[in-house]
This record gives sequence, C-alpha cells and structure tokens, in this order.
Amino acid sequence: MTVTGPTDARRACRDDLVVDRLHVAFDGVTAVDDVSFTLGPGECVALVGESGSGKSVTARALLGLTGGQVTADALRLGEDDLLTLTERRWRRVRGPRIGLVLQDALVSLDPLRPVGREIDDALRLHTRLSPAERRARVLEVLHEVGMPEPEVRRGLRAGELSGGLRQRALIAAALALRPGVVVADEPTTALDAEVQRVVVDRLAALRDGGTAVLAISHDLGVVRRLADRVVIMRDGRVVEQGPTARVLDSPEAEYTRMLIAALPGGAPRGTGLSAPVATGFDPEAPPSGGALGSTAQVTPRPGATQESAPTSPTAPEPVLVAAGLRRAFAVRGGPDRVAVDDVSLTLHAGETLGLVGASGSGKTTTARLLLGLDEPDVGTVELLGEPWSPRRERDRRPLRGALGVVYQDPSSSFDPRFTVGRLLADALSAGRSTRLRPLEAEVGALLGRVGLTADLAQRRPETLSGGQRQRIAVARALAPRPRVIVCDEPVSALDVSVQAQVLDLLDRLQRDEGLAYLFISHDLDVVEHMADRVAVMHEGRIVEDGLTTEVFGTPRHAHTRALLAARP
Amino acid sequence: MTVLPDLPRGTESARASSGRRTSLGHRARRLPLGPAEWVAAAALLLVVVMAVAPRLLAPGDPLAVSPVDAFSGPSFAHPFGTDESGRGVWTRVVHGAGASLTIGLVATLIGTGLGVALGVLAGLGGRGLAGRATDVGVSRLLEVLFALPGLLLALVVIAFTGPGAVPATIAVGLATAPGYARIVRSQVAAVRRSAMVEAATVLGRHPAVVLWRHVLPNALAPVVVLATLGLGQAVVWASSLSYLGLGSPPPAPEWGAMLSAGRTYLAVAWWMTVFPGLAVVVTAASATVLGRGLARRGRGGTR
Amino acid sequence: MRPRHGRRAGRWLVGRLLGAVFVLWAVATLIFFAIRLVPGDPAEAILGGPGSQASAEALDTVRRQYGLDQPLLVQYLAQLARLATGDLGTSYSLRTDVGRLLLDQLPGTIGLALLALVVAWALAIVTAWWATLSGRVASAVSSGLEVVASAVPHFWLASLLILVFSTELGLLPPVSTGTPAGLVLPVVTLAIPVAGFLGQVTRDSLLDAAATPFALSARARGESPSGLFTRHLLRHAALPGLALSGWAFGSLLSGAVVVESVFARPGLGRTLLGAVTLRDIPLVTGVALVSALAYVLVVALGDLSERAVDPRGRAT
Repeated sequence: MTVTGPTDARRACRDDLVVDRLHVAFDGVTAVDDVSFTLGPGECVALVGESGSGKSVTARALLGLTGGQVTADALRLGEDDLLTLTERRWRRVRGPRIGLVLQDALVSLDPLRPVGREIDDALRLHTRLSPAERRARVLEVLHEVGMPEPEVRRGLRAGELSGGLRQRALIAAALALRPGVVVADEPTTALDAEVQRVVVDRLAALRDGGTAVLAISHDLGVVRRLADRVVIMRDGRVVEQGPTARVLDSPEAEYTRMLIAALPGGAPRGTGLSAPVATGFDPEAPPSGGALGSTAQVTPRPGATQESAPTSPTAPEPVLVAAGLRRAFAVRGGPDRVAVDDVSLTLHAGETLGLVGASGSGKTTTARLLLGLDEPDVGTVELLGEPWSPRRERDRRPLRGALGVVYQDPSSSFDPRFTVGRLLADALSAGRSTRLRPLEAEVGALLGRVGLTADLAQRRPETLSGGQRQRIAVARALAPRPRVIVCDEPVSALDVSVQAQVLDLLDRLQRDEGLAYLFISHDLDVVEHMADRVAVMHEGRIVEDGLTTEVFGTPRHAHTRALLAARP
Repeated sequence: MTVLPDLPRGTESARASSGRRTSLGHRARRLPLGPAEWVAAAALLLVVVMAVAPRLLAPGDPLAVSPVDAFSGPSFAHPFGTDESGRGVWTRVVHGAGASLTIGLVATLIGTGLGVALGVLAGLGGRGLAGRATDVGVSRLLEVLFALPGLLLALVVIAFTGPGAVPATIAVGLATAPGYARIVRSQVAAVRRSAMVEAATVLGRHPAVVLWRHVLPNALAPVVVLATLGLGQAVVWASSLSYLGLGSPPPAPEWGAMLSAGRTYLAVAWWMTVFPGLAVVVTAASATVLGRGLARRGRGGTR
Repeated sequence: MRPRHGRRAGRWLVGRLLGAVFVLWAVATLIFFAIRLVPGDPAEAILGGPGSQASAEALDTVRRQYGLDQPLLVQYLAQLARLATGDLGTSYSLRTDVGRLLLDQLPGTIGLALLALVVAWALAIVTAWWATLSGRVASAVSSGLEVVASAVPHFWLASLLILVFSTELGLLPPVSTGTPAGLVLPVVTLAIPVAGFLGQVTRDSLLDAAATPFALSARARGESPSGLFTRHLLRHAALPGLALSGWAFGSLLSGAVVVESVFARPGLGRTLLGAVTLRDIPLVTGVALVSALAYVLVVALGDLSERAVDPRGRAT
C-alpha cells in the first residue's frame, strides 16, 4: 500500500477516514478498545468523554503519535492503510493529509519562534515552493483564518499575539497544506469565551469548506455547534454514538444521560446536578452514601426560579462590602496598569455573587483585595461591618475566621508535607497545632460535611483525585466557621461529573450554613447556575451587575452581550 | 565539579498544562531508588568503612617505608602496587579515605551551614525597607563570592591562612557556601510567594508561624540532597588542594597528595596515579548519583 | 519600539558596569581587611606571612608603600585610589609590577578557558542529541558517562590523558610547547568536567522540551526527529546551559589553576598558585581582581546570549 502525499498542496483531499475496532495499548495496558467510526469530507465527528476516556489517545492514533501499540480491524484514510505505515511514511501523511490542532497556542506553537516560521515549516517539509512562494502562501493562509495584518503578525511569536490571534495562527499552521482531515484536540478548553468563539467558528468554516473535522472535547456546547455525529467514550470504550441531536437530546446510555444531566447550563439555581449515589454512577465512588448532592429530579428550591429573593423573609445583612476599590501596578517604562478601577460590590449572607469577565479583567485582583491579600490604593472593604481593608494585618487577624477561600488548584495551597488530617487539624485549631490526634473527631466530622470519609485523614492530598482534593479545600475553608467564602474558579479544573458534585456540595453547604459566596468563574453556565446575582468585569471595571436572571436574560452593556454571545 | 548552581528551567512555561484535566493517581508516587543509586550507596558505604575502620580492609601500615619494594606494579601482595618509597598504594588509599572524607564532610557542613544562613537571610528579605536591604546586601555578597569561583576562592583564603589540612577544609567550605546560598535563597523566595503561604495567611496565621511551620521546612527540604551532591564536589576540591601542595602535608596518605607524588613518576608507575584518583572519582560520582536519585525521588513529593 | 529598546539596553549596560565596579570594590575591600586580620604584622603578611623572613628593608619599603603606619581609613582610601589608577602594586616574589605580569598572563588563560567552554558545549550538545535519538540503553550509558565526567578531578584526568596519549601513544606532548598540539590535552582536560555537567542539564532540558505540546505540533506537521531537534528542541534545551555559563566559566577558571600546573602552562592559574604558595599578597589580589572582572563579563555575555535566544524574559 503506497502512501501518496499531495503533489500540489492546494488539492483538497476528499478521502474518507475509516476506523474499525481500534485498539491501543501501552506496555500491555489497554487505553482504547473497540472504537469504530467513520469520517467523511465536510463532516464533523466529536469524540466526547472525561479524562481517562481515551479520546486523546484515539485522536493521536490517527496521526501515528500515540507511542503505544496500535491495532485495528481497519484504520484507513481513503485507499491508504494507516496501520502498516513506517515512521518515514507517516511523516508524509502528517501535515498534508491529516492535520492536528492542539489546545492552547501559547504552548502548542514554539514560543521561541515567530508564528510565520511555524507555518512555513510545514510548507518547507512537504512542498517544493520557493521561499517567495512559501511566504505568499503563509500570508494567504493567515488571511484565510482571519488574521488582521498578516504581514506584520507573522513575524511575531505566539506569546506576543493576543489570545484570539494566536489561536488563529495555530489553526493556520495546521491548514497550510490543506489536509483533508483536521483533528482538533480540546480546541476550546482553558480559553476565554470570545477566543473559544473564534476557534469554533474557524472549525465550522473548515467543515463547511469540505474538510473532515474530528473534534475532541468535553464541552457539549461546542459539540452541538460543530459536530454532525458524536461518539461518547468512557474508559477507552465507546458508550454510545450517533447523530448529535439524537444523542444529546435523547441519550440512550446511562452514562450519557448522567453526563448531560451534570451540565450546569440551563439548570436553574438549586437543582442538583449530580446523579444520586444509588445508581452507582458516581465516578469518584465514595464508599459510603454521604450527603452527596441531591437527586437529579429534585424540585427547584422554593423561590429559586423566581427573582432570586433571599430565602429568609427578612432582608439578609451585608457581610462583605467593597466601595470604590482601585489597584494599579507599576509597569516599567510606561503608565501604571490599572487592574481594578472603582469596583464596588456588596455580598449578603446566604447569597452567591458571581464575578465574570475575560482573563485580565481584574477578577483575581479583586478577589485578592477582598481577601486582604493585597491592599487597595483607593477604597475600602468592610467585613461583617468591621473595617477590613486597608488595615494592619495585626488588627484584622482576629477577623480572618470569617473569611475562607477555595482556589482552582488546591494542591498548590496545601503544604506538601501534610496529610489531610494534619491540614484540617491545623485549620481547626486556628494554627495552634497540626497534630491530628486531639482533634480526630472534629476532623472526621468535617470530612463528613463535605461528603468524604474519615479514613482519608491518613492520606496525602496528592494521592487523591481532583474532586476529593477540592472537597478537602472546601473543608479547610469551612473549619473556622466562616461567613464568606471566596471561590476562585473552584471547578474549572474538574471533569463535568465531578464538577457537578462539587457544585452541589457548595450549594448544600450554603443552604445549611447560610454562607455567602463570591463565585469567580469564566464559565458562564456554571455562574448562571450558582449565582443569585452577578457582576461583569471588563478591564478592571464592573460594567454591569444585577440579578443573574436579568443580566443573563437581558444584558444591557455591550461587553456583557459579547460575553454571552460567545457561549457556544 | 559536580552540581550546585540552581537550574533554571527554560521550558517551564511551555509546559503549562490545561486547567481542565485532573490526573487520578498519576501524581507523585514515591519512586524507589534505582539500581544505579544502590550501587552508588554501596560504594559510598565502602568508602565510609575505609575511613572509619581502615585496618579491616588494609591491615598494613601506610607509612611503613620499604625501599626495596619501590615501584612494583599491581600484584597479589600489593593489589594497587607500591609507590616510590615502597609503601603499598592500596594500603595508603584505604587509610587516606579518612582524611579525604573527613575534609569533604566538614567542608560540606561548613558550606551548608553558612550557605543556608545566608540564603535564608537573603530570601526572607523583600518586604519593607530593612528586609529589602538585607536581601540586596546578602545578594551582593553572594555575587562577590561567586566572582571568585570554586578553587580560586579557596586559594585566596589559603593565601591568608597558609596551607594545611584545617585551612584547606575551611577554604573549601567557604568556597561551596555560595552555591548553597543561591539555591536556598531562591527556594525560600519561591515558597514565600506560593499559594500555600497565601492560604495560611487567609486562615489567619501569624507570619512567624508561617515561616517556621511552612516556609522553612519546605524551602530547606532539598538541602540534604544538595549536600550529598556537594559532598562529591568538596572531596574533589579538597584533593585538588592537596595535589597542589596546599592541603595535608606528606607523608599523610591523602588521595590528592598521593597523586601529586605520582605525577612525577607517571611514566614508570602509572598505578600511583590511577588508583588514588579512582578513589576520588568513585567517591564523588557515587555521591552525585545518590544525590540525583534522591532529588528525583523527592521532586514528586516536595515542590 | 526602537527608542525604548535603546534606552533599555543602555540601562542594562550601565547596570552591569556598576555591578562590575561593585564586585571589584568588594573583592579589594575583603582582601584589604583580610590582610589586617591575619595575626601579626601586616607588612609581613603582605610579604609572605609570618615567618617569611623578609628583610628589614623590604618590610620598611612595604610599610611606606602601603602607608601602614597611617590610620586605617587613610590606608583604605589610598589603596582604593591606587587600584583605581591601575596600580596593583609589586609582586615581591617575582619582583615585577603586578599589573604588567597579569597582562602578560591573561590572554593565555582566558583563551584556554574560552576554548574549553566551546569544546564543553559541543560535547554536551552532541551527547545529548545522540542520547535522545538512540534507545534507552544508550541514554543510560551516556547519562552515566556524564555523571562520571562531572565528578572527575582535573589533575587525575590530566594524568590519565597524559598517560594514554603521551606516554603510551606518543601522540601529544605532555607539557605545553606553544604549538597547537600542546593545547589539545589541556583544553580537553578542562572541558570534560564542565561538559559532563552541561550535558546533564541539557539532556534534562531536552527531554522536557520533547514532551511539550509544540513538539507534538511539529511532529504532527511531519517534522523528522533531526529537524525537530535542530529547529525546536535545541534552542529550548540550551537555555538553562546558557544561564549557567557564568558558573561554567568560573569552574573553568578554577580548573585552569590545576591544569596549568599539570601541563606546565604559563598563565594566571599557575601564577596564582605560586603566589598562594609564597603568600605573595599583592599578586594574589591582582589575580583575584582580574578573575572577578572576567567572571562578571562572562555572566553578562551569557545573559545577553540567553536574551537573544529567548527574548521573553525569564521569570525569576
């Protein structure tokens, strides 16, 4: 079976990709088993699954880049058998016939080289064009992906381009040779909503132009927009596959149903997202029942779907009040960069205030100011009616028990030498001791409140799963019995099903203890589900705030509208 | 010349992982030490035995002169041959282990002690005027010490103290200190900026408590590993000084001094040079391998 | 963009110059106080330490030259003034002006060190490249070689090389003869330990770079392993090594002392050794200052080349 590369890079390949009973193993350990699908020109198939589902491995197998042992009944691109390719022949297939678009251009393009060169590489490797012709092609392809001023931008490195532009460059690099098949591995994860929109539009345009697109994603919104057919994978096997609309709207498999139910998008405030433990579909499988989220069909909390009036009849008191905060950072050789400008917000007991905005909009700086980790240049913060910031740390330390924080990645906030028990004992004893023994009972109780068993106290956080670690972070935040918890992207690093559980946990805790949350996230669906009120930040200012239903339903500010429109 | 400068990671930012996926259990497992590390540990153990109980391995007298046996090659009676005075090289190597190892160990202790002190001082400074001044001051001092690298600094010190085993030890200790200090300083500074310290602050911990309970233990954790690596380097430098005639005076059976004598007779008696040098290399290489193994193992657990 | 770059470069240069001046001042000050801290007569310390049996008139000359009967502050300022004008004093053991002596010796040693640095880099990159392209066994072997290389003391390595290449094979001269052939062994001896260390660092860095997403992107474009290495990985792998170039040069200077002795090469190292043995303080001071200056320069060059390869600016 000979493999032909394109003699002319402009010829679009119109070959079908056939995958039949693909099996990939690494040193005897099976990663992917019995996966079959086909992909034709102008189609888009999405591989959907959580981490460990084998979707990325499957995608890499189509490029011969798994590094493992690949077998299948058939793995064909048009007439060519991909299973028998030697490494040298693979190098003629990769690029001209199959292209790969990875996730984040910052790390998927060589950060030390100009993007134009990266694109040029593909041309140099596979075509016989002269340097001048190659240059023209690079500009042409950059223009196609919508890069403004390609002449200028091609000399810049990925880090010197803005988010949207560098993603375009990344896609351009894969398109330069006009491959018939493009594999996009998590093309939108960890990107701002607007940048995600750029990527999704580009991929859709590719598909419409006749290229076959294989999209790997866990983001069902993206899948809905892009994919004709969807393949749901779990633990290396296919759970279900079929036309997108059918699978997502009327899923047949239990797992698919659970996955879709776990999505916060559209779920009103107060409905539980995670499956009840009894069905046995909890991926983290805690051994005991525990109070793990409500059932999927729980009726909404009274009053939740209306204007988010507080549950208590009297108006709740404000627990955290920020007024006119401003924080600027000195920049060498230029004017100060204003990270937070005239930001005021009020957080009431028992409510969740969502804070959204693109990266760099000032959300994290605001959170740090509210947590007292940084001092504002102008403005004040009051906690429970007491002056909080700016104030000497020595004076406000006694108040610290009222405030807690949950980070996106809890591991870095744990002392790596501590076991879970010591961490929590430290938090419970207000730093007086880290010995577990005297506080063993309290630690056990604390673990129970977040749905974990007491035996985890002996373990090290790094040996636990992401969801468990996040629960421990929540437990630590709960230890001093706070009134306010600042959640900074608390579920962004978690799989959908785990995310659902953690969100349910946060919700339950809030109802049980009357906690107030400041909920920061870039995921609008999550915020819409969790927050009673929301504030939208843009370039350091709050451009719009109000009840979630109002802001999301009838956005007034242009930027809010743009953010919402960018949702797939 | 084993280790010491801190290793900037050029591609660190390039490996920023996606936020989304969490790895279940692929994280830090305590890697066991591999076969290379065990061999290295065994070799080091052998050297320690040589140092502590030389008569076990070489019952002869390292100083016993026997001119009639001079310059005989390796044989059953003298596995490493004899030197210009007929002394058995094997015996002298074994008995010399004590001197070389002691100097190396003490020098490493001096170096780590001083280095840790300077590094912590520099790393802790930063906020407030006094802190800034300390950081700047100590950093400048370290820069100066670095400007006289390794052996040069040791030599300058010896110019003032005169030669000998004790001055050589102090000199080598001083020369290794800046390396430790620089690494400790960047560790301390990094841990102080970490999310762990922030979380402790939010929990309301007093800065002194944070320092004592979190910053120092985590920042100093790699020091033991560094010291293992540095031990090899100290032994090499110490024997270099002896080779140059500035360390232990003859007829002490110190490895470097033996090599110095062997240089003259290189053409006729290669064993006088090869074996003592081999001892130095084996000691230093074993320390390095062990140190690197420990470092790799520890990297999973600590940051 | 241009004027900003120019200004920033200017500021960097000034910063470096000031740094160099500071280091020189600090070394001179430290030595100044060290002389006076040594117990006994400072004049004797300068002339070779207590028990050096310097003649009375030599001691008198030194006392006058250094103004040792003057108040400490005056002595200090006078010494600084002398150094600032380039007067490094007279070496009592060699009876020549220190400044002139050093100028004679400097090119030889610096040349040796730079040559060795180039050779060390070449060795490190070649072994790293070979190791990553070959299998796991080759990788382990070269890793072991690197560890041993970095642990080998110069004097032993030199002796071994002399034994093999001079005594047995007769290919190269055992001592420096002023010919290029006489350079080979000293340069190789100096280079190997540094190559061992640079090799380890470069290889670690290479492995990291090979696991990055952009390496995967490149391979997905059909890039061959050698193309991947030269066009992408090499640059990234070299970065930590470049950052270490200051340390590497220092290590080379430090090794030059031994190498010059073993191969009987004239140079700063051998001069320093003689000076230390005889405790000739003016000469020691001179060598210390010169080597400090050279080190600062090399660090600056290393920073420049690092910035050239990676203009992103390191986050320290």
